[in-house]
Amino acid sequence: MTHTDADSVGSRTVADIRLDFPAFTQTSGGLAPAYLDSAATSQRPRAVLDAEREYLEHHLAPVHRGASAAVGLSTTLFEDARAEVARFVGAGDREVVWTENATDAINMVTLGIADANAGLGGADAARFALGPDDEIVLTEAEHHANLIPWQRLAAKTGARLRPIPVDEHGLWSIDDAAAAVSERTRIVAFAEVSNVTGYLAPVADMVELAHRHGALVLLDACQSVPHRPVDFGAMGVDFAAFSGHKMLGPNGIGVLYGRAELLDALPPARTGGSTITKVTMGTAEFLPAPHRFEAGTQPVSQVVALAEAVRYLDAIGMQEVARHEAAFAERVVEGVAAIPGVRIVGPQPGAPRAGLVSVGVDGVHAHDVGQFLDEAGVVVRVGHHCAQPLHRALGLTATTRASAHVYTTAEEADRFVEALAGVRRFFGVEQGVTA
Amino acid sequence: MSGLDGLYQQIILDHSKARHGEGPLEHAQAEHHELNPTCGDELTMRIRLDPTHERIDEVAWQGNGCSISMASASVLVDLVRGTRVDDALALAEEFRMMLRSRGEGEPDEERLGDAIAFHGVSKYVMRVKCAMLSWVALEAAIAKSRSHDAL
Repeated sequence: MTHTDADSVGSRTVADIRLDFPAFTQTSGGLAPAYLDSAATSQRPRAVLDAEREYLEHHLAPVHRGASAAVGLSTTLFEDARAEVARFVGAGDREVVWTENATDAINMVTLGIADANAGLGGADAARFALGPDDEIVLTEAEHHANLIPWQRLAAKTGARLRPIPVDEHGLWSIDDAAAAVSERTRIVAFAEVSNVTGYLAPVADMVELAHRHGALVLLDACQSVPHRPVDFGAMGVDFAAFSGHKMLGPNGIGVLYGRAELLDALPPARTGGSTITKVTMGTAEFLPAPHRFEAGTQPVSQVVALAEAVRYLDAIGMQEVARHEAAFAERVVEGVAAIPGVRIVGPQPGAPRAGLVSVGVDGVHAHDVGQFLDEAGVVVRVGHHCAQPLHRALGLTATTRASAHVYTTAEEADRFVEALAGVRRFFGVEQGVTA
Repeated sequence: MSGLDGLYQQIILDHSKARHGEGPLEHAQAEHHELNPTCGDELTMRIRLDPTHERIDEVAWQGNGCSISMASASVLVDLVRGTRVDDALALAEEFRMMLRSRGEGEPDEERLGDAIAFHGVSKYVMRVKCAMLSWVALEAAIAKSRSHDAL
C-alpha cells in the first residue's frame, strides 16, 4: 500500500492518532472491526474522556447559581468552554447556545419562531413571525432533523414549505435553489454537507441568494463542523446547528449558533430557571443570548469535554482533517466504482465530496448488506439515514454508508470495498451465480 | 452453524428470492399494513377466510424489505395457508417466542416447520423486527377480520 493522505493527517500518522483512542487500543483478539460509522457517532480520544472525568471528579458544582468558590470555578470552566467552541466555529461568545444536540438546536429556532407567531417576545420577535404568504425553502436532501421541525412550524403558522428538488444522484445546485427562492422566502435551511450523499453545498452562494431576498439562513452543520474548517461569521449564516458526539465529543451536547442580534430577539422555546432577569407571578423577562435559551441545569461535564474535543481537533488542524477524509472518500469511491451492481449515491467519481460514501447494492437490501459487512468486521450505517424524501428521490429504500474521521485508515477503506465486493455473490444475485 | 450462515440459512435465501404468496389477493376479508420505521421495510398482509371464519383459505402479501423480512413472509404463507385461524395465531406466538430467545433453547421443529430456519435471527437483536414484520401484520389482519375493520 502506498503512503497517501489516507495514512496521515497533517504531521501525524493515523497509526499514531489511533493510539489516542481507547476504542482502538483495546484488543480482544483478532482484527479490530473497521469503524466506518463516524458520521453517526465518532469515537472519543482519551483527552476528551479524561476531561469529562476530571471535571466530574474535581470540579463538579452548579454553574451560574450560588456564591461559592466551587460554583465560580465550575462557571468559569463552563463559559471558557463556550468561548473555545465559539472560536472554533467563528462565532462570538454570545452566539453559542448549548442544546442537547443539533436536532434540539434546530427545534429551538422553529419553536422560537412559533412563539413569535403567538405574540411572545414582543416587537423584537415580530420579525420572525410567519404567515400564509411566506415560504420556507429547504432541500429534498435534508435530514429529518432539518425537515420535520419546519413542517411543524409551517403547520402552526400557515407558511408553506418549498422544496429544492434533488436529481437522481441526490444532488442539487445553486440554480435549483435560485428557482425555489423568491420574495416570499423567509427562511432557507440546508445542510452544508449531506449526511447521505456527502455533497458539499454552495454555502456562500446560498447565503447571498437568501439574503438578497431578505430570507434568513439556517445551516445544518452536523457533518461539516466535525470534519472541515467552518467559520459561521465569515459565511454569514444566520443560524447553524451541530452536535458534540460527531466531533469526537460527548453525547447530550449540541450547539445552536445564531447571530447575536437574532438570538437576542428570538423567544426562548424552553423556559425556566437561569434564563431570566425579572419574574413576577404573571410575567418573566429574559436574559440576552445565550443564557435566555439555557433553561435548567446544564450538561456541564459534556460542555467541558466538548471544548477538549475542539482543542484536540484544532491541534491536528481542520484543513488536514478534511484532506484526510477526502482521501478516504476518493479511495472508497474508486474501489466501489469497480464493483459490478453497486451504485454510488451523490457526487460521482472525480467530483468533490466529503468523507462519506453511500451506496446501493442491486438486488440486496441495505440491512442485508450491513449484516454481511458486520460479519466481515466492517461497521457501517444502513437504512434511510433519517432522509426518507432523499431516498425516495433516489429510488432506494435504504443505502449503506461508510464514513471516516481522523482515525480512519486506508486499510479500513480497503476492507469496506473488499467486503462490499462479496455481497452480491453471498446473496446469490451476482450475474452468472445461481441461488 | 454460526455467524452469517446461521443467520442466512439457505432456506431463507431461497425464500427471499422465490417468494411464496407475494401479490394481491381478491376478496380478502382483512388486510393490514405494517412498517418498520428504522429501515423503511413495509408489508401489507391480506387474508381470506372460509365462510365460518375459522380457517384461513388464502393469504397473500405485498411489500419491500430485506431478505429476512421477505423470506419470513414467504415461509408464513406456506405455514398458515389452509390452517385454522387459532392455529395460525398460536404459531405466530411460537415464532415470536423463538425470536425472543437470543439463540437459546431448542425450538419445536414439529410445530414451527420451515420457520425454524429463523432461529438464528434471534441472536441478532437488530433483525428480530425484520423476521416479525409479516407475522405482526398477520396477527393484525386476523384481529381486523374479527372486528368492524373487516373489508
